[in-house]
Amino acid sequence: MSKVRVLVGTRKGAFILTSDGTRKQWDVSGPHFAGWEMYHLKGSPVEPNRIYASQTSSWFGQIIQRSDDGGNTWHQPGTPPGEPITTPDGMPMGESNKFVYDTSPETGKPLTTHQHYDGTQRPWEFKRVWHLEPSLTDQDTVYAGIEDAALFRSSDGGQTWQELSGLRDVKGNLWQPGAGGMCLHTIVQDPSNPRRIYVAISAAGTFRTDDGGMTWRAINRGLKSKYELPDQDAEVGHCVHRIAMHPTRPNVLFMQKHWDVMRSDDAGESWHEISGNLPTDFGFPIDVHAHEPETVYVVPIKNDSEHFPPDGKLRVYRSRTGGNEWEALTNGLPQRDCYVNVLRDAMAVDSLDPCGIYFGTTGGQVYGSADAGDSWTPIVRDLPAILSVEVQTLP
Amino acid sequence: MIRVVLPAHLRTLARVDGEVALNVAGLVTQRSVLDALEARYPMLRGTIRDHGTLKRRAFVRFFACEQDLSHDLPDAPLPDAIATGAEPFLIVGAMAGG
Repeated sequence: MSKVRVLVGTRKGAFILTSDGTRKQWDVSGPHFAGWEMYHLKGSPVEPNRIYASQTSSWFGQIIQRSDDGGNTWHQPGTPPGEPITTPDGMPMGESNKFVYDTSPETGKPLTTHQHYDGTQRPWEFKRVWHLEPSLTDQDTVYAGIEDAALFRSSDGGQTWQELSGLRDVKGNLWQPGAGGMCLHTIVQDPSNPRRIYVAISAAGTFRTDDGGMTWRAINRGLKSKYELPDQDAEVGHCVHRIAMHPTRPNVLFMQKHWDVMRSDDAGESWHEISGNLPTDFGFPIDVHAHEPETVYVVPIKNDSEHFPPDGKLRVYRSRTGGNEWEALTNGLPQRDCYVNVLRDAMAVDSLDPCGIYFGTTGGQVYGSADAGDSWTPIVRDLPAILSVEVQTLP
Repeated sequence: MIRVVLPAHLRTLARVDGEVALNVAGLVTQRSVLDALEARYPMLRGTIRDHGTLKRRAFVRFFACEQDLSHDLPDAPLPDAIATGAEPFLIVGAMAGG
């Protein structure tokens, strides 16, 4: 029988939730890396037991962890598990946390500047890895979304990282941090075209490469940011919170923007609003049903300063029409006195039938639905604030 | 031998218990101690000082002999008690964040 493995990153460690295909009984392991902020964990689609994790701390910076056995044991890439690290000779270099912006003369990308909160220009400064996206075709290739916003790639299983610095060429001087920092938080690979990758940045917008990451362009036409930008139709500067794609429809993208839920049917060349009858179109995560490309999920949040559900009712909204027409999913979710948030990386779907949906809250609950959202059950209730949720469907 | 005390999270990363003893060639300074520490425990690179600039991370402090040496120049000599191993060099996570 199939199994599912839910990878949960929290403010104070990582947790791994496992169940068989019925998704009724769950085993919980953790905290892994207790006390550290675990921004994101994600498994390789090629080798599911290969899991990459971003471990960060305001005190001690960035660590990259890797598991090759499904999360039972972990090591920093370059330091194989069990290797006697105090041996004077043959010491691994331990550079798996070295994220240095590309200033090499070969690529001609000097350390540029971006706009700061006060309007001044600041040089890019590495802060943390928000998101790790393993390659669809190679378990040793993985992309990292960075704050200050940049995209890095490792081709050696996370041991060393190189910036794809062409991204900063796209009017990077106009990018600016949102309240959460200037982060590259979303990386979407086109399964039909390995040279096409989408990324989203707060607050810069959405960008696409068609040559494997060398060159990029902004794809923000149709986004409107009336209250966030002096020019609401600006080419860059939009606060995109998340984009999602169904793998069988790679030219169709769904977006939760700061305000507005958006859709593109032409690989991001243009966007149109699909907020429809949502109670509010502010929110963070957005995801697509594993088997129904026109079924989309969002979690509306009251507004940009009140980051909690309207009326204290935690409701996932589902559209079966690719947007505009939304239904509230409430069965099993708290419908009073609920004031948690669901962050942008904290929703995921499994590929079982019926499709499972999972999301984590800033209150430490992970809710799961084994029937595409019709009913929900808390898998765990009392974890630290949840930053990210990913799901692996295992044979 | 130079004695270095790491905060708990960094002891976990370096897989050590208790103090770390280091051979430091030449003048004993913050820089030479951290160079020796990172050479022996490469997984600590980037956790105490920035990979590129080698500046101390904002929420890391260096204490020794009941003094806060965090703001001393990295090439300033450390106290004799550190150089002789009589006292440890303490790397501390700053009080920040409650």
